[in-house]
Amino acid sequence: MGIEKSPTGIEGLDQLTSGGLPAGRPTLICGGPGCGKTLMAMTFLVNGAVSYGENGVFVSFEERRDDLVKNVASLGYDLDQLIEDRVIALDHVRVERSEIEETGEYDLEGLFIRLGYAIDSVGAKRIVLDTIETLFGGLSNTAILRAELRRLLEWLKDRGITAIITGERGDGQLTRHGLEEYVSDCVILLDHRVQNQVSTRRLRVVKYRGSSHGTNEYPFLIDDRGLSVMPITSAGLNHGVSEERIPTGVAGLDDMLGGRGYYRGSSILVSGMAGSGKSSLAAHFADAVCRAGERCLYFAFEESPRQIVRNMRSIGLDLQPWLSRDLLRFSANRPTVYGLEMHLVQMHRLIEQFNPSAVIIDPISSLMESGVGNEIQMMLLRLIDHMKSRQITSVFTNLTHGNIELAKTDTNVSSLMDTWILLYNRASNGEHNREVYVLKSRGMEHSNQVREFVLSREGIELREAYVGPEGVVTGSARLAQEAREHAESKRRRQEAERRSVEIERKKAQLQAQIVALQAELAAEEEERHRLSAQASEAESRIEEDRDRMRHFRSGSGRVRRD
Amino acid sequence: MSAQAALPNEGSGSAVYILSLYVTGHTAKSIRAVENVRRLCEEKLVGRYKLEVIDLYQQPELAAREQLIAAPTLVKSLPLPCKRMVGDLSNRTRVLAGLGIG
Repeated sequence: MGIEKSPTGIEGLDQLTSGGLPAGRPTLICGGPGCGKTLMAMTFLVNGAVSYGENGVFVSFEERRDDLVKNVASLGYDLDQLIEDRVIALDHVRVERSEIEETGEYDLEGLFIRLGYAIDSVGAKRIVLDTIETLFGGLSNTAILRAELRRLLEWLKDRGITAIITGERGDGQLTRHGLEEYVSDCVILLDHRVQNQVSTRRLRVVKYRGSSHGTNEYPFLIDDRGLSVMPITSAGLNHGVSEERIPTGVAGLDDMLGGRGYYRGSSILVSGMAGSGKSSLAAHFADAVCRAGERCLYFAFEESPRQIVRNMRSIGLDLQPWLSRDLLRFSANRPTVYGLEMHLVQMHRLIEQFNPSAVIIDPISSLMESGVGNEIQMMLLRLIDHMKSRQITSVFTNLTHGNIELAKTDTNVSSLMDTWILLYNRASNGEHNREVYVLKSRGMEHSNQVREFVLSREGIELREAYVGPEGVVTGSARLAQEAREHAESKRRRQEAERRSVEIERKKAQLQAQIVALQAELAAEEEERHRLSAQASEAESRIEEDRDRMRHFRSGSGRVRRD
Repeated sequence: MSAQAALPNEGSGSAVYILSLYVTGHTAKSIRAVENVRRLCEEKLVGRYKLEVIDLYQQPELAAREQLIAAPTLVKSLPLPCKRMVGDLSNRTRVLAGLGIG
């Protein structure tokens, strides 16, 4: 199981050290002046007393009691009250070089007695010695001091007390007087440096005997709510995934994403140039989330909440009801107000507080300007992991510059995203038209088509784009195309009508012909009848004539034989 | 343990010395320190010093109140300035310098 840990209660640090500082052992916290050693040590003590039932002793070699009380009040700690409640004891060890005269052999038993007395007075399990190196300034016999320091740490170990020893950063070594030599269990290095005019506090666990620990430099933050170290969650890839879909707020876009929208808990990047409709798309998503009765947290880095509400009203989207019902919450800050990690820690805190099911970061590009290099990617990764582990669907807008091809190579964040939607303005025929394209969408069927993206008073509408010989046709070219098609179809309809009339006419003609022919036929038939009647009449007349003639001849013949 | 007071006006200067020697039990260093301070006081400050020897193990709360770190420590609270002589007081020159006695 490894060694026993004593939790610090500092967000992030306990995760980083898998549970806290080594229990019953000393830990060295070192760093330059003003890097937060004292506040970190005090936080450890106060959290121990308040949250973990472990009382503590703070031995201050530098700051006087009043100053200390004042300083930690900025973290929201009422040290006076804690002292009165006898959960924390405070001892200011004043070392005044000018008062001290070394006259022979000595030891630090006086200090031991003080510590022992203070520990017993509150039943302490934790102690902070801040900064014990001050002793080297007051006493010159370093051989005695070193031996006594070693003995002191052993003595604290024997008593099972978890100790924090602070030390000033020295040249070429961790502390000025090599305290790291005595504290072999755990060493934490704090750093406070300024890069690009933004000051950043960083923490690194240099050494942790018998325990695994994160080895990177992690940014940390001191504000009115105490200390927190990024990552607040460990960056892992073992978060649960959802099959559930969540509508995008734009019917046409849902269609493009397999008809059902984004995956719940996925991360979506919407990139596009200025004015391509990124925020509008994000606002539609926010609206859809709130409409489903879920919460949405909107981080705005360029516009004020009121401005967003007003602007969205112009495209028929009223966000005010969601704000009133506290389903939608804005957090608007100028990106340059703090460093990147301050933003990220604040975002973490707001997410913890508000517990949204969707988060919008608009735009991520301006946030990125407040950080340096690949640390942005690291921190975004942690933020995304954090949101994924909480099944929060996140939409990031990203302002891209230059043309579409450049936007596509802007991959330093896109590789972290599950769905990437590209919005662009295409110039043609003297106008700019918006287009939308789903560049990728992990784990779902998605359209490979470019659609026209129309912002109207009724919101966003996606139109099927016409694909002509010169590519996709949008805007007035699309309207012209539509008009052409309309005319064409009308022409076809008229043509059909015309032909049908003609056929009708031809049919009538043919029928007339049929009638004429039949009449002719009837006439012929009649003629035939007439002719045959004439023929038979003639026949019978000839027969008659023959008979008459026969009759006539036979009469005259008898007369002549006499 | 003990306190001695005597009439002033002897040796260099006339100020009254208020001295406290803090020791930790009966270690060799403690015993040496007590012997050294007693001898010195009797030599240099006869009649105008007040010496108190305190065992911190008996009164541990005094360690913080008196701002003690090392042991043994001889604290000169008067005459001002306040001085703390740490160690077994075997370096006589240093002790005298600390006491402000030439």
